[in-house]
Amino acid sequence: MTIVRISDDALALACGADTVANAFAEIGCTVERTSSWGMHWLEPLVEVNGTGFGTVTPDDISAILENCSTKSIGKIADHPFIARQQRLSFARAGRTRPLSLEDYEATGGWAGLTRARSLMPDAVVSEVTLSGLRGRGGAGFPAGIKWQTVAGAAGARKYVVCNADEGDSGTFADRMLMEGDPFQLIEGMAIAAHAVGATLGYIYVRSEYPHAIAKLKAAIALAAEIIAPFQIEVRVGAGAYVCGEETSLLNSIEGKRGEVRAKPPLPAHSGLFGCPTVINNVLTLAAIPHILIEGGAALYDSHGIARSKGTMPIQIAGNVKHGGLFETAFGITLHALIYDIGGGTASGRPVKAVQVGGPLGAYIHPDRFDLPFCYEAYAGVDALIGHGGVTVFDDTADMGRMARFAMEFCAAESCGKCTPCRIGSTRGVELIDRICAPQATVDAVAALPQMHNAAKSARSRAEDIALLGDLCETMKDASLCALGGFTPYPVLSALQHWPEDFEPEV
Amino acid sequence: MNNSARIDQIIATHAGREGPLLPILHDVQKEFGCVDAEAEAQIAHGLNLSRAEVHGVVSFYHDFTAAADPRAVVQICRAEACKARGVEALIGAAEAAAGGRVRISTVYCLGLCSVGPNARVGSDLHARLDEAALVKLVQSA
Ligand SMILES: Cc1cc2nc3c(=O)[nH]c(=O)nc-3n(C[C@H](O)[C@H](O)[C@H](O)COP(=O)(O)O)c2cc1C
Ligand code: SF4
Ligand code: FES
Repeated sequence: MTIVRISDDALALACGADTVANAFAEIGCTVERTSSWGMHWLEPLVEVNGTGFGTVTPDDISAILENCSTKSIGKIADHPFIARQQRLSFARAGRTRPLSLEDYEATGGWAGLTRARSLMPDAVVSEVTLSGLRGRGGAGFPAGIKWQTVAGAAGARKYVVCNADEGDSGTFADRMLMEGDPFQLIEGMAIAAHAVGATLGYIYVRSEYPHAIAKLKAAIALAAEIIAPFQIEVRVGAGAYVCGEETSLLNSIEGKRGEVRAKPPLPAHSGLFGCPTVINNVLTLAAIPHILIEGGAALYDSHGIARSKGTMPIQIAGNVKHGGLFETAFGITLHALIYDIGGGTASGRPVKAVQVGGPLGAYIHPDRFDLPFCYEAYAGVDALIGHGGVTVFDDTADMGRMARFAMEFCAAESCGKCTPCRIGSTRGVELIDRICAPQATVDAVAALPQMHNAAKSARSRAEDIALLGDLCETMKDASLCALGGFTPYPVLSALQHWPEDFEPEV
Repeated sequence: MNNSARIDQIIATHAGREGPLLPILHDVQKEFGCVDAEAEAQIAHGLNLSRAEVHGVVSFYHDFTAAADPRAVVQICRAEACKARGVEALIGAAEAAAGGRVRISTVYCLGLCSVGPNARVGSDLHARLDEAALVKLVQSA
């Protein structure tokens, strides 16, 4: 009997994988639902006897089974998109069934946990420190140091919290990992629990990810005995981007408004319900099982450049021909990612800009596509790698509209705690509108009687641009968290590199 | 069972958990299509919170609504990666197809950013939408 492998990842489903799977099953094939290889432009991707077939529809099935399909891409693992990667966290992607404990064990699953539990907790922490692993949620804080702080904090009760809020546009690696290899995340959390002395863990998943939520719940039930006495519960977000910020997330689990907390205290000292808490991103925790196998820490540390160690699951998204998940050691250039791997734009038009790191990341001009993918190099040019999303835009993109959207998004998602973010973002939208379509009238807010210091004559366009710069400086300096503090980066980078997109239409 | 008895039941299901409020609100929203003032008061009473505290939480999150909307919902992603793939050009046609019967709502990212424009109806996801496909989706919602 023919065994047919088709992913049940949400993206494959959105591209019609279920219809294809059912059609194969109806004619008597055995269909195995696996995780996704991450070659998204080829989904639904079907594997028959080791050979892959891309963008399959039910109409292609007879040709595939008769071995005369034109949609063959050869052996999937040999495809250049896969062969060029260095997959550690996504080593199982496309190869195993997400909820099969048997597949997980057969591919080295639980080896990291078994070894970690044979070590003293502080030895586990030092291996994580040695690996050079930094937080993959955005800030890039060294994971080992965070764990050490929690391990050393006094407290009868401690928590491990997984940040699976993945709100950044252009990112999907957390989702793919939770749906495709949930046991690996569970194993990573169990190792963290052993290292810091926690007994309870939460995974906070955004409500936009129903498939991931279902997979996690099923996987936790299957793995309960293996990770005991540690326990994990899934908590579902409620559509607030800011709840990805760690302290807002903790408030949300506690049943409060997702307002950001002032630090200190750090969550490591006083986190969930006031207890010492490790909070890490999905990818950070999922890298842990690898690091804890014999020799794993040194292997991890041998990848990457400078202070950016290990591999990063990069997400190639937006207007790109070959979009998907590309895990590789730090150091790769945008040029390689976009052209050699991504194949250029999907539209076939020239690339105009790339936004790296989600809605708070700067727009990068093709002049800088030689930048190596690493935390410090990006910070050096006022950009960030964030959660590793790379969103490509072609030359039809209007960067004035994108800058306006950045402010609009900040206004919609602000938690409201600080003025520069809560109000500045709305003023920013208005300013960009005035810059793109100058008004001869005094703006409505400046005209208010209580605005004593505002000029009572209409500002010129140059004055509006200067004011936007001023507003952005205030938001950067006076916001409590990165939502208000980093929104200026996409705005200012768009204005700096594409000023023509802010020109009034004639 | 009347609404109030059902809400009490939901509260009881979650009462033993740490931080039970969000799970309760999700269940109430799912069952009644909203968390209205009455439900807020009852949940506040059940958890020994003030109504203001519960209202503060309900109004903070986009997923909870104060009044039910009987229309079918089509959520369209309008975040950066879907904009890069042309979603904005489709919105007019989607809204026209929706008329008064369907509610078009905006989401920021469904995690399918390499295959947009994308939309979600319930837990069904749809990718690679062009105008015709999106209009068809709205019409069949
Ligand atoms: C507005 C905002 C949104 C964030 N969203 C996320 C998110 O969705 N996922 C995530 O892991 N971290 C997010 N972060 C970063 C977290 O605050 C925090 O740095 C992270 O959870 C720490 O885990 P890590 O060290 O493993 O990266 C966000 C931060 C801010 C300011
Ligand atoms: S910067 Fe914005 S989101 Fe962050 S704490 Fe301040 S108001 Fe809240
Ligand atoms: S930006 Fe639309 S799905 Fe991510």
